[in-house]
Amino acid sequence: MKHQRFWVWIALMGVGAVPRTMAASLYNLPRGVTPISHEIYGLNMLAFWIMCGIAAVVFGAITWSIIFHRRSRHPKPAEFHESTVLEVVWTVIPFIILIVMAVPAARVLLRAENVHHSEMTVEVTGYQWLWRYTYPRWHINVYSRLANSSLRIAPLNSGLSPYSVPHYLHSVTHPLVLPVGEKVRLLITSKDVIHSWWVPDLGVQMDANPGLVNSIWVRIEKPGIYRGQCNQICGWGHAYMPIVVVAEPKAQFQAWVREWQERHPADADDASSPTPQGS
Amino acid sequence: MTESIALPAEPHHATRGGLMRWITTTNHKDIGTLYLIFSLIMFFIGGAMAMVIRAELYQPGLQFVTPAFYNQMVTLHGLIMVFGAVMPAFVGLANWMIPLMIGAPDMALPRLNNWSFWILPFAFTLLLLTLFLPGGAPEGGWTLYVPYSLELGYSFPFMIFAIHLMGISSVLGGINIIVTILNMRAPGMTLMKMPLFVWAWLITAYLLVAVMPVLAGGVTMQLLDHYFGTHFFSVAGGGSPVLWEHVFWFFGHPEVYIMILPAFGIISEIVPTFSRKPLFGRTSMIYALASIAFLSFIVWGHHMFTSGMPVSADLFFMFSTMLIAVPTGVKIFNWVATMWRGAITFETPMLFAVAFIILFTIGGFSGVMLALVPADFQYHNSYFVVAHFHYVLVTGAVFAIMAAVYYWLPKWTGHMYNEFWGKMHFWLSVISVNVLYFPMHFLGLAGMPRRVPDYAVQFTDLNMVSSIGGFVFGASQLIFVAIIFATVYGGRRAEARAWEGAHGLEWTVPSPAPYHTFATPPEVVG
Repeated sequence: MKHQRFWVWIALMGVGAVPRTMAASLYNLPRGVTPISHEIYGLNMLAFWIMCGIAAVVFGAITWSIIFHRRSRHPKPAEFHESTVLEVVWTVIPFIILIVMAVPAARVLLRAENVHHSEMTVEVTGYQWLWRYTYPRWHINVYSRLANSSLRIAPLNSGLSPYSVPHYLHSVTHPLVLPVGEKVRLLITSKDVIHSWWVPDLGVQMDANPGLVNSIWVRIEKPGIYRGQCNQICGWGHAYMPIVVVAEPKAQFQAWVREWQERHPADADDASSPTPQGS
Repeated sequence: MTESIALPAEPHHATRGGLMRWITTTNHKDIGTLYLIFSLIMFFIGGAMAMVIRAELYQPGLQFVTPAFYNQMVTLHGLIMVFGAVMPAFVGLANWMIPLMIGAPDMALPRLNNWSFWILPFAFTLLLLTLFLPGGAPEGGWTLYVPYSLELGYSFPFMIFAIHLMGISSVLGGINIIVTILNMRAPGMTLMKMPLFVWAWLITAYLLVAVMPVLAGGVTMQLLDHYFGTHFFSVAGGGSPVLWEHVFWFFGHPEVYIMILPAFGIISEIVPTFSRKPLFGRTSMIYALASIAFLSFIVWGHHMFTSGMPVSADLFFMFSTMLIAVPTGVKIFNWVATMWRGAITFETPMLFAVAFIILFTIGGFSGVMLALVPADFQYHNSYFVVAHFHYVLVTGAVFAIMAAVYYWLPKWTGHMYNEFWGKMHFWLSVISVNVLYFPMHFLGLAGMPRRVPDYAVQFTDLNMVSSIGGFVFGASQLIFVAIIFATVYGGRRAEARAWEGAHGLEWTVPSPAPYHTFATPPEVVG
């Protein structure tokens, strides 16, 4: 099934050569690791196949006309120019198809936006150009910047190859560490311009608006490292504020919390220190 | 005209020669030509910026430009293509063709017409000059989201005033078109008998008049926030940055239909001509145009699904957006039914029109996918969106404009263009444009954000493919210019009815159309 889909994509691309790297996620949404990301993937595929079906009919008819109704084969044009039945049919059928997509989409949306009964909260704050993750329960502040390995390579004419480091532009100094299996509420805001917190594997994208707080939730099913980046143009450093989420089993997560608190005792005194330069 | 007014003898040429002819002209054909030339120049300036973008994205790492300059290119490319290339091209076509199609001697307000055009070069000079200011050009994207937009330096007021000028030009142009269509139709040309291009423009002109002032008001609020201490868009002072998004997209969504409805009109002219069959479902085409225009006012929130709107608003905008697919589908089905069992020939205008139907439909598919809110949480602001709107605007609007130019060039110049080179231009364009934009769908799905000068290495291959397509597409447009020049200065003589299957008043006047046409209105029968 997976294989077949891949070839469909390739055929659609109209590119004969098989690209160098060919993990499935390079051509489609990731299935992701949260219930919502799975459902989004399902919606995406539902819509995709419906569009393929419509394309087959419409483009098929066009192709048929192009081949068989060209003047050289069909010199006498027909004269019809309306048909109430036909026009009603092709108004009603699309309407029904839309409902087929709108109903599941609305269901997923209601689930995705339901942040009630979360077991833990993390505040996500965007800055030009880094993210701050605050765990209010433990007074932990994590400042997450582009890792130095990428930072050295990024400038114009640095002479260094982006291929020389793992995860160029997708690695950070300190990741956001989250426990697996818990419903985590993310409160997202910004201290300067609008940013957007997007991690495709989590099925989450939410704008960080200065002065306003948006909330969204994730329940990560699998331990792992999930990468994303800021998705709202926010200045020259827009490409340089990646997001890395490390999901760990609960025990390891608690160990990480304890370790972080021991290493950063100052945070506990002033959890609200807003200056990113301070870290 | 009442008989008591003594009319001077109609001159059959422009009264002045040289530059002054073009500066002082009130002739709809001259002004149409000016608009079209202007938009072609802007198409190349905006296109050059796209080439910079594609060159930088050819590989990961920065090779050519700084991130700040990259952002300036992104912003100017958007503003120039929307306001400088696509819109003036449609207004130019409207100027040339609407009076010819409705049997009017000129636009209703010729002096205003002159002014609406001549504002534009000043607006874009102002905008392009920002490139030479300390700090460079605007860099927040054409959406001008605050507060980023308010962080701009010297370029900020230039950009605001340039937008004001473009807005004034568009509103005046829109008013002129409405007044012309409603008052200047030849006897017998009832509203329902009007050509579809004229219908499309009538509706578009109402959209222009309705929403350009919203943009003008919005950017004025930004100006006030920036210089006069107001807080429309800052939470600290009781405003909200999301308010700007609402204002912008309340303008912005009708704006995208301003760029596509005239294209629908053009395709509805060209497809019947080359299928040698009347347009299928004429009445439903007109109703579809009107319903798309109405819906365009109530779907703006679909640009803001990740802004944190309440879930009820998300639902409303999702449903209203999906509804647009219905009238748009009707239009596409009607074009296909028009071709069905016709006697089709494939001259260059028809090739571009058929490509429009197919590729615009692909843009429509991704549009429906984007309307699904939860899926939009993944697609939003990714290259999937870039692919979507370039399919509807380049292979949609721009292809329709090119189709229109090939279709009416014989009428404008009196010469047929070279069919071989026209087809060459078409095939190079249609292949390269898909190599350019199709991979962007995959890039977006795989997680590449838009408006970044540099990217993670897994996106390299598709970006290379896309850039190569971009360079070929850019270079192919030089053929277009060469064809236009060659046709203006020579070529086989065109007959009055340049295409045997063409109907409509514009084909009853000689080619090239004389400087003044329909001084006596024609009688429209049947």
